[in-house]
Amino acid sequence: MRFSFPRMLKEALNGNAGWPEQWRSPEPKASYDAIIVGAGGHGLATAYYMAKEHGMRNIAVLEKGWLGGGNTGRNTTIIRSNYLWEESEALYEHAMKLWQDLSLELNYNVMYSPRGVLMLAHNVHDVQVFKRHVHANRLAGIDNEWLTAEEAKAFCPILNIDPDVRYPIIGAALQRRGGTARHDAVAWGYARAASAMGVDIIQNCEVRNILRGPDGAVTGVETTRGVIRSKKIGVVAAGHSSVLMQMANVSMPLESYPLQALVSEPIKPIMPCVVMSNTIHAYMSQSDKGELVIGAGTDAYTSYSQTGGLHIATHTLEAICELFPVVRRLRMLRNWGGIVDVTPDRSPIIGKTPVAGLFVNCGWGTGGFKATPGSGHIFAHTVVTGEPHKIAAPFTLDRFRTGRLIDEAAAAAVAH
Amino acid sequence: MLLIRCPYCEMERPELEFRYGGEAHVVRAAEPETIGDEAWGQFLYLRSNPKGLHAERWRHTNGCGRFFNCLRDTVTDRIFVTYKAGEPRPELAS
Amino acid sequence: MRTGNGGRVDRSRRINFSFDGRAYQGCAGDTLASALLANGVHLVGRSFKYHRPRGFVAAGSEEPNALVDIDRGNGRSAPNLRATQVELYEGLVAKSQNRWPSLAFDLQALNDLAPAGLFGAGFYYKTFMSPRGAWHRLYEPFIRRVAGLGHAPKLPDPDHYSQRYAHCDVLVVGAGATGLAAALAAGETGAAVILADEQAEMGGGLLDERTASIDGLSAANWVGATLARLAAMPNVTLLPRTQAFGYYAQNFLGLAEKLTEHLAAPDKSQPRERLWKVRARQVLLATGAIERPLVFPDNDRPGVMLASAARTFANRYGVRPGERAVVFVADDTGYGAALDLHAAGTEIAVIADLRTAPSGPGFEAASGTGLRIMPATVVTGVSGNLRVSGVTLGSLAADGTVRGGEKIVCDLVLMAGGWTPAVHLFSQSRGKLAYDSERQIYLPGTYAQAAQSAGACNGTFELAQAIAEGHAAGAVAVGTPGTRSFAVTGAIAPAGGFHGAVPHDRNPEQVKAFVDFQNDVTAKDIKLAVREGMHSIEHIKRYTTTGMATDQGKTSNMNGLAIASAALDKPIPDIGLTTFRPPFTPVTFGTLAGHSRGALLDPVRQTPMHGWAAANGAKFEDVGQWKRAWYFPKPGEDMHAAVNRECRAARSAAGLFDATTLGKIEIVGPDAAEFMERLYTNPWHKLGIGRCRYGLMLNEAGFVMDDGVIGRLAADSFHVTTTTGGATRVLAHMEDYLQTEFPELKVWLTSTTEQWAVIAIQGPKAREIIAPLVEGIDLAAETMPHMSVREGSICGVPTRLFRVSFTGELGFEINVPADHGRAVWEAVHEAGVPHGLTPYGTETMHVLRAEKGYIIVGQETDGTVTPSDLGLDWAIGKAKKDFVGKRSLKRPDLVKTDRKHLVGLLTADPKVVLEEGAQITVEASPATGTPALGHVTSSYWSETLGRSIAMALVAGGKGRMGATLHVPMPDGGIAVTVTEPVFFDKEGGRINA
Repeated sequence: MRFSFPRMLKEALNGNAGWPEQWRSPEPKASYDAIIVGAGGHGLATAYYMAKEHGMRNIAVLEKGWLGGGNTGRNTTIIRSNYLWEESEALYEHAMKLWQDLSLELNYNVMYSPRGVLMLAHNVHDVQVFKRHVHANRLAGIDNEWLTAEEAKAFCPILNIDPDVRYPIIGAALQRRGGTARHDAVAWGYARAASAMGVDIIQNCEVRNILRGPDGAVTGVETTRGVIRSKKIGVVAAGHSSVLMQMANVSMPLESYPLQALVSEPIKPIMPCVVMSNTIHAYMSQSDKGELVIGAGTDAYTSYSQTGGLHIATHTLEAICELFPVVRRLRMLRNWGGIVDVTPDRSPIIGKTPVAGLFVNCGWGTGGFKATPGSGHIFAHTVVTGEPHKIAAPFTLDRFRTGRLIDEAAAAAVAH
Repeated sequence: MLLIRCPYCEMERPELEFRYGGEAHVVRAAEPETIGDEAWGQFLYLRSNPKGLHAERWRHTNGCGRFFNCLRDTVTDRIFVTYKAGEPRPELAS
Repeated sequence: MRTGNGGRVDRSRRINFSFDGRAYQGCAGDTLASALLANGVHLVGRSFKYHRPRGFVAAGSEEPNALVDIDRGNGRSAPNLRATQVELYEGLVAKSQNRWPSLAFDLQALNDLAPAGLFGAGFYYKTFMSPRGAWHRLYEPFIRRVAGLGHAPKLPDPDHYSQRYAHCDVLVVGAGATGLAAALAAGETGAAVILADEQAEMGGGLLDERTASIDGLSAANWVGATLARLAAMPNVTLLPRTQAFGYYAQNFLGLAEKLTEHLAAPDKSQPRERLWKVRARQVLLATGAIERPLVFPDNDRPGVMLASAARTFANRYGVRPGERAVVFVADDTGYGAALDLHAAGTEIAVIADLRTAPSGPGFEAASGTGLRIMPATVVTGVSGNLRVSGVTLGSLAADGTVRGGEKIVCDLVLMAGGWTPAVHLFSQSRGKLAYDSERQIYLPGTYAQAAQSAGACNGTFELAQAIAEGHAAGAVAVGTPGTRSFAVTGAIAPAGGFHGAVPHDRNPEQVKAFVDFQNDVTAKDIKLAVREGMHSIEHIKRYTTTGMATDQGKTSNMNGLAIASAALDKPIPDIGLTTFRPPFTPVTFGTLAGHSRGALLDPVRQTPMHGWAAANGAKFEDVGQWKRAWYFPKPGEDMHAAVNRECRAARSAAGLFDATTLGKIEIVGPDAAEFMERLYTNPWHKLGIGRCRYGLMLNEAGFVMDDGVIGRLAADSFHVTTTTGGATRVLAHMEDYLQTEFPELKVWLTSTTEQWAVIAIQGPKAREIIAPLVEGIDLAAETMPHMSVREGSICGVPTRLFRVSFTGELGFEINVPADHGRAVWEAVHEAGVPHGLTPYGTETMHVLRAEKGYIIVGQETDGTVTPSDLGLDWAIGKAKKDFVGKRSLKRPDLVKTDRKHLVGLLTADPKVVLEEGAQITVEASPATGTPALGHVTSSYWSETLGRSIAMALVAGGKGRMGATLHVPMPDGGIAVTVTEPVFFDKEGGRINA
């Protein structure tokens, strides 16, 4: 059933009794043409594009918990594509283009809101780094512009640009097409659209082992709901990627860290855009509901606990209150953690593995949400054709052998 | 904030006094030149990243300055034991 | 209306306050909520989505509706405060929120008149999609405006906040009967106890008791006596107004204490709130239980409240919340509330009990008092818009159907749906909850930390048992187990309870029965979510937003869960429970940020010469935590003019530069040279004593990590310098390898960054200027050549004098003990002025070094650059078997010839200065998407050369010498010629002078 306002009115008059399930909750079949492990945004998008663009319908997406319950539902929903290296630019811009029509494509309002992402420069080094991004992005046809401190304040009036503070704002890079989207809606929209095309989304189904044949190729997975066979398995499991890949004896260059975020109580709009300050570790936007959505840092140590220390949140709020002095009396409503899978060069790994039939899409670290549509789109191509999509080609596991890293962190010290 | 026992200072101190040092017992080859690209890449980048017991390095940066190792459960963040650098990973009685 | 007597308020002290501009009076001891109710004000807010009129549901921190804005002026405003937690003070100014134009007449309440269900759960996911971009341009701005609750302050907060650490043997959370008993048991042993409670007055529910007695004392008197005993114990810290909001690993808890919010005129020197960071050996949770509302049609009308809230208002605050009440109960405590209100003078029209055969002490007492009780009866509707005017009852048949019943006029409806243990902190501690299927409550199960729960939060509702349990837990916590019993009379304990939607006989599509009041989530919404495939409680929560309001579902979670359970036909534990996250109640950002504000946000590091630079007009730049003198403008000079003048001076006479911020590490020990061999690319064994060498440090991946000049002071002693930003990182890197990879080496590392002030004097007259000041060192070029170090004294102060240069000029870096830095600096300056000595800052330093092609790690490098890329192959000890990073340099991608190499760039037009970070391409106007060859890393106007210069990393740059490339800019490409990255004095004549 298509979603639309007339349909809503009709259903409302009918007591909302006619709305069908947004996705089916089927029992797993004995085998599938392909299995995607992980029903987060990336996994669901992968299944969706496999069905939509490649005509493969006999697909299962296996999820140990509830769909969209991992980092998809825990992140601060920042979307931007103004990355430095050409490989990254291509990857994130591919996603950016898909975001623009995603609601219409999925017939699900994912609330993509290109309200602008402002990245603050606090010292000369920041200026050099951000201008390098601006120039690189312009060459790639990606919007990213340099603003003076005054222009930044005009764009985000609650910014404190007093030059006499500890870390003054001396300029900013702005990507106007950057913004936010509604994270849950992204997972649900992909789930609904994939399910409608025949993709089985199987929740509460934890993969316990990856099964391999005598030739070493994958033959299926053992799950809490039985053995499910398939010759193609795509692992899209974020913080749990190491654990899953280890089931196929593949060690990964990943470490899983707790990443915290928090929201304030809802208030009337004061924050028209997204502001990121990497130098003093603070990221803030305001949700449509009115909550200030604040990204904090990762804890120092690896952990799967989905919590972290109080000092991480307080450290972030110290910076937030300096950047935006009018928020000091507002209150933290909720503080939570996700598990982010971090690669040595802070770029993802998308592609084949040493095991035939086994593919992996992981390592998105703290910045995977923005890539969701693009990641799914290119990984679908990879899983279906068995060969990397050309945008995915540089993001191989092999780069850790050759040294051909795509080091966004080293280059810019910019968090995602 | 974790509470970590420094095996040199022999006391529990808050996490803020320490710096995390990544997985423990990742040994640098005595003669790196003899190591192939594949194995060298693994040494540089592959980490076990277990969900469960993790042997990891910490340094008592704002204390004695010493590196030591720690067995921690990455699911509960419970620390089972800390031990001095160079000592073998202890077996935990279950 | 105020009762005649009783309660904890002081009727003789009247307090003036205003709400929405209207003046009222309350009493000392009131909350804003009780004071408003005393004035007959029930309408205090509007709901989030439908803007329905709302009154008080609760009397404490679980209140979902009564959110107000309190404004003390001058930026001291705060939105979304619960009126039930706001203590009244003289002159308090409160405003309602989220309504326009007024609370009583709110135009957005039109939302409530839309076809029923149109704005049901998740409606916004199904519409507002087309055309492309319309969401952001059209719909979102409108939705954002109508969403949100209160307003953020307009001005920065003038108040300040405090933080402290505390350690204790036992932290007791909650000072109700259980917590008091626990604190007493632990405190009597002399153990360090902290007792924290969110309310202004300790005592919890005991303060609401009219009839209960403990050990022969009235409940209130027992509280008083117990508190007096605790207060007399020096080992016990009592923290009222203090919310334990977060429970972290290893018994670390965050507590937020309110210090001045209840005062009419707080002392401005007082912090507004304090964050306690408590590490406790044992934690004792005595957090009580929260009463559940009943979910029936129109249960949100102002005047419908929890029975326990009415009881609190009547007994604690001496306020009668209505004149004629209908009490809707599923739990025996509801009868207790009815009796208390009856005693306070409220007429109890009827007690409707949805149970068929009520029983219990409360029921018995109410029957005995002659109150009208109707078993198997439900409320099926509430009339009245801005205030309850009556209810409709229905009788509940055994099959669950409801038959319409009588209408009853009333102005107050009480709900007693049973009690939910407050397991929030237990759950935060990562304890596992266990479901008690008989009582349908979640209770603490397996503990993950050294903690205990006692009393109502542990499911122990009966007062005598709860006190005994608290006392026993307190004793266990300090290792002296023992039991004690308490004689309790006149208390009515929770018994019974109901979860989910109350049956009714009305058209389910036409009514709204609220589960989450603030977020306007109805039973219907939860059923719709289930129908649409949301089968996990997390999906239901996110789709309907139930439990996501500022009360975080304190009153709604269990009802929501039960409705979902019924819709899914699955038992409650199979649906899951949403995760409890900190904070328990919202915590002020300022409290969490604490003292880290303004200059205290991060330490400022200043060199000993900082004051001189500031006094001499320097502009500073931030480099890490350091403030570095950037340039020294004379009156009328801009940065460009100042830097040109400084450059001219350094090249023609001499310049004076503060290089103190460079990191310095003393490396000492018999194996010092061997250690240096392994950590730096260069060879060190043969470096002569008194000689210096440029050292290049790689990370293990083979990329340049740091560099600096290193002097050998003795066979076993090196003076290492690092970049300003890299000092800490380099020392940590060295310690790591020394301790964990090369522990056999006998080497000691000491950071000396702060010990030495470093005064660089650079220029042809440098030697001439310092010579008269130096003792014990022969400065002659032959005896002290470039790249040497000597120890002696200058201006009578011991010095390590380096002859080194980062400018290409004859130069010295004078290291003196930091305390003497400024004096020596001033002496050198004074001696140099007649020679034209000119202070310069980091900008000039950058220009001078770029003219010589010296790199800056972090500017020419970005973590992806190898020594070879930089043309620094000469700095690699070819004979060395190993050093950190060496193996990685042979990795396939690091030996490629088309890597980006450091080159010089000269613009065709010498006046054009390239922009740093600009990209480099073959063509002047490349097509969009053309890969860049590289980027400009450094670019300056060179006053010395009378033209611009730049350095760049360019793919295959070593093979492009002399080639013309382009720097594409928005207004066209700039032609550049690729050169070697050395622009001035290539032969090095000046440096060796």
